Amino acid sequence: MSTLINDVITHDTVAAVKYTTKDFSSDQDVRWCPGCGDYSILAQVQRVMPELNIPKEKIVFVSGIGCSSRFPYYMSTYGFHGIHGRATAIATGLKIARPDLSVWVATGDGDGLSIGGNHMIHTLRRNVDLNILLFNNQIYGLTKGQYSPTSEFGKVTKSTPYGSVDMPFNPASLALGSAGTFVARSMDRDPKHMQTIIKRAAEHKGTSFVEVYQNCNVFNDGAFFQFTEKETKSDSVVFLEHGKPLVFGKENDKGIKLDGFSPVVVSLKDGSHSANDLLVHNEKDSTLAFILANMTYNLELPRPFGIFLAIDRPRYEDEISKQVDSAVSKRGRGSLEKLLNSGDTWVIQ
Amino acid sequence: MEKQTRTLDEVTIRFAGDSGDGMQLTGGQFTNTSAAMGNDLSTLPDYPAEIRAPKDTTYGVSGFQIHFGATEINTPGDHCDVLVAMNAASLKVNLRSLIDGGIIIVNTDGFGDKNLKLAGYTQSPLADGSLSKYQVFQVDITKLTNLALADMNLSPKIVDKTKNFFALGMMYWIFNRTLDNTLQWISEKFEKKPEMIEANTRVMKAGWNYAETTDVFAVRYEVKPAPLTPGKYRNISGNQAAALGLVAAAEKANLDLFLGTYPITPASDILHELSNYKNFGVRTFQAEDEIAGITSAIGASFGGALAATTTSGPGVALKTEAMGLAVMVELPLVIVNVQRGGPSTGLPTKTEQADLLQAVYGRNGEAPIPVIAASTPSDCFNACFEASRIALKYMTPVMVLTDGYLGNGSEPWLVPSVKDLPEIAPKFRKEPEGYLPYKRDERTLSREWAIPGTPGLEHRIGGLEKQDGSGNINYEPENHDKMVKLRAAKVDRIADDIPAAAVEGDASGDLLVVGWGGTYGTLKTAVERKRKEGKKVSHLHLKHLHPLPKNVGDILKKFKHVLVPEINLGQLSKILRERYLVPTVGLNKVQGLPFRSVEIEQKIEEILGGKQ
Ligand code: SF4
Repeated sequence: MSTLINDVITHDTVAAVKYTTKDFSSDQDVRWCPGCGDYSILAQVQRVMPELNIPKEKIVFVSGIGCSSRFPYYMSTYGFHGIHGRATAIATGLKIARPDLSVWVATGDGDGLSIGGNHMIHTLRRNVDLNILLFNNQIYGLTKGQYSPTSEFGKVTKSTPYGSVDMPFNPASLALGSAGTFVARSMDRDPKHMQTIIKRAAEHKGTSFVEVYQNCNVFNDGAFFQFTEKETKSDSVVFLEHGKPLVFGKENDKGIKLDGFSPVVVSLKDGSHSANDLLVHNEKDSTLAFILANMTYNLELPRPFGIFLAIDRPRYEDEISKQVDSAVSKRGRGSLEKLLNSGDTWVIQ
Repeated sequence: MEKQTRTLDEVTIRFAGDSGDGMQLTGGQFTNTSAAMGNDLSTLPDYPAEIRAPKDTTYGVSGFQIHFGATEINTPGDHCDVLVAMNAASLKVNLRSLIDGGIIIVNTDGFGDKNLKLAGYTQSPLADGSLSKYQVFQVDITKLTNLALADMNLSPKIVDKTKNFFALGMMYWIFNRTLDNTLQWISEKFEKKPEMIEANTRVMKAGWNYAETTDVFAVRYEVKPAPLTPGKYRNISGNQAAALGLVAAAEKANLDLFLGTYPITPASDILHELSNYKNFGVRTFQAEDEIAGITSAIGASFGGALAATTTSGPGVALKTEAMGLAVMVELPLVIVNVQRGGPSTGLPTKTEQADLLQAVYGRNGEAPIPVIAASTPSDCFNACFEASRIALKYMTPVMVLTDGYLGNGSEPWLVPSVKDLPEIAPKFRKEPEGYLPYKRDERTLSREWAIPGTPGLEHRIGGLEKQDGSGNINYEPENHDKMVKLRAAKVDRIADDIPAAAVEGDASGDLLVVGWGGTYGTLKTAVERKRKEGKKVSHLHLKHLHPLPKNVGDILKKFKHVLVPEINLGQLSKILRERYLVPTVGLNKVQGLPFRSVEIEQKIEEILGGKQ
């Protein structure tokens, strides 16, 4: 980094002081609708931050446009509220220029997958070390209720009075298909789970893609109640845990096994199957990750939450830094005088 | 035979052939040799738009024009005096550039039945008398090249690739140039391929000897060195100069340079160039699209880099929203637009100046951005350096306008000394006490740059309207009005920090020719010629287009007429009329080509009432 930057910034990667959750809230009034799932995401992020032990000034939240994208204003870290869809691109530039920072992206299904879909997939394939939190509420909130790229087929909204004829994206599959190295899903109404996932995302070196099911109680209330509410949750959700068999159900009485490449539900109660027959999650297995992500819109299967994939791959900004460092060590720090005088030169007396 | 030598003040040569004929290389070698021999010069390549156009068709013609002389040279030349045509198609395309009585050297092998047909000739122009007003030299370059290499057992493909050196050898003899520079270049270029060194050397010498010993050429020409300012020179293209300007500014400012960009003709060479300067800490990011190019640069700027994005007109259109963001967050950013023919995809490889209004006005809301235009290839260095200086000092995006003609064209550049470059001294805020993200410097109105990593300065910025001072989101009517006016005032104040516009010629008179950008050399040449004839005409070439230098209004008022030649429909004219309420006369030609000096001269004549 330039000498000028080196003179003003903190060089420690570990915070000198212990932070509390409160240290991460800004002086701005939070202006989401009362009851919005965004509050929970904010709370969980603020709760996890002290545990990361990163100096506060080293953390930057970048966002685009949408309800989710107000996020940076409510954090007391550095923040950049960008333009619609471009958060990942802004964050990429920041991370390349400043690999020393912990860079986070707060985005939504519209911002990150529609107008910003292009930047999203390219960020994932490059594996820039960003932590992306994608608030998926399956609707456009800020523009007051149009369908989004994750809204279900047939969804009736202000812009689709006859029902949407768009096939929705499954964000996890899209992220895996874009060569993402960390792909996970959580939900606003499970704070503990979300905290675990956020922490793992922060620790992952490379792009972390975390989809959070977030209730928009104004324009799409209850979109995820089946997965988040007590009555239905345990039968509709399977939590992925590395090295553990896929078990779910009120009494942990059901499991997932593979039939060929297709996951199927089996009963652990009727004596036909035991835990040994079940699919065991391995978050290092990218083929398995595809299979699990693909369970998403299959109504016969519970919806998977947790970490689909967490693998290591070279990071983009790191590779760039290596090229810069190796050029400097091979050729020496460039001399401007020499550079200007390079090429074919001649002297006029 | 006794050969004559004639002395010329200046000559324009155009090398033309099929894309595969190596004409750019031939022209480049002739240029380097002429530069080393002390001539002043200016060059312009003319590439086909297609990457691999069908051989021998008119779409596949590649040309390179060099204008060199014993006097000051300001343009690549209106017309050429000598045309080297390697095939029929290249003759067809370029003949209209040749002066009456000019010299044509053709490779007769490129005029076979098939070549003629592909070029669209029904009969050979070499035989039908249509070239009678020119001096035509017919040489079977292909055959002579083959003869020179007969004992080397090279593949016909390789032999064919060397024939441009035969043409070069002949031209070196005709114009009394030394072979040394090119011989040196060949030995370096083909260091690992001794047979290519041998082949190219032999063929070039064969061309020279052919001109020297046969009776074909009776006259050779001498072009003496030009009286150039003493010092060290290098030949530089506009795109190279732009890249160096950015690196130089970053070095001066003690910052790392970040380039976020997307490949686009004719700007990609700036990316290519900068991607080599890693040992200067330069980080180049070839983004997924134009928008990511600029937004990544804005992110890098937030992080404390000197950030730039490079593109051409269609790319600027895509970056527009992000430029507004940069205006709003008040972060430094340099946007380089190497203009090309528009609208839409337009004429990607041709030049135009039609993005001026886009640069000055083309954003939603009141989003003022300083605009600087380069006037010659080497001036792209100054423009990018100056843009960086202003961006960093005033915390603002700055637009640099160059064009395809400048970007690809090249000229000798008197290499500046680093210590003579203006100082650039950006400061990062360090002190947490009393920090407000939108508190402004009283003089420049710029806000402070506080970068992530600085303890105690954590703050949030974005594209929503800010409260004056605190930078918090604010929608109050009075505050918005104030902020809109502050942002405009900040850019207007830059007028106090830029050099006064300088008239070339007398400070008052009958006619002022006002231009901007790549027309500089042409306008200068035309005005100088008319001044020699006693006309009261002067030239004003604007580099700072927004804000304009403070004295422009006064200058305009000292002339009876104002002529504004532009390769657009009158964009600078509009600005001058609007700002200064002066009547301007436009000269507007939008052919994707530079003006010719004679066109300007004719217009000057017309306005001043014909010959006196
Ligand atoms: S519109 Fe929906 S997503 Fe937006 S703040 Fe309100 S509840 Fe939350």
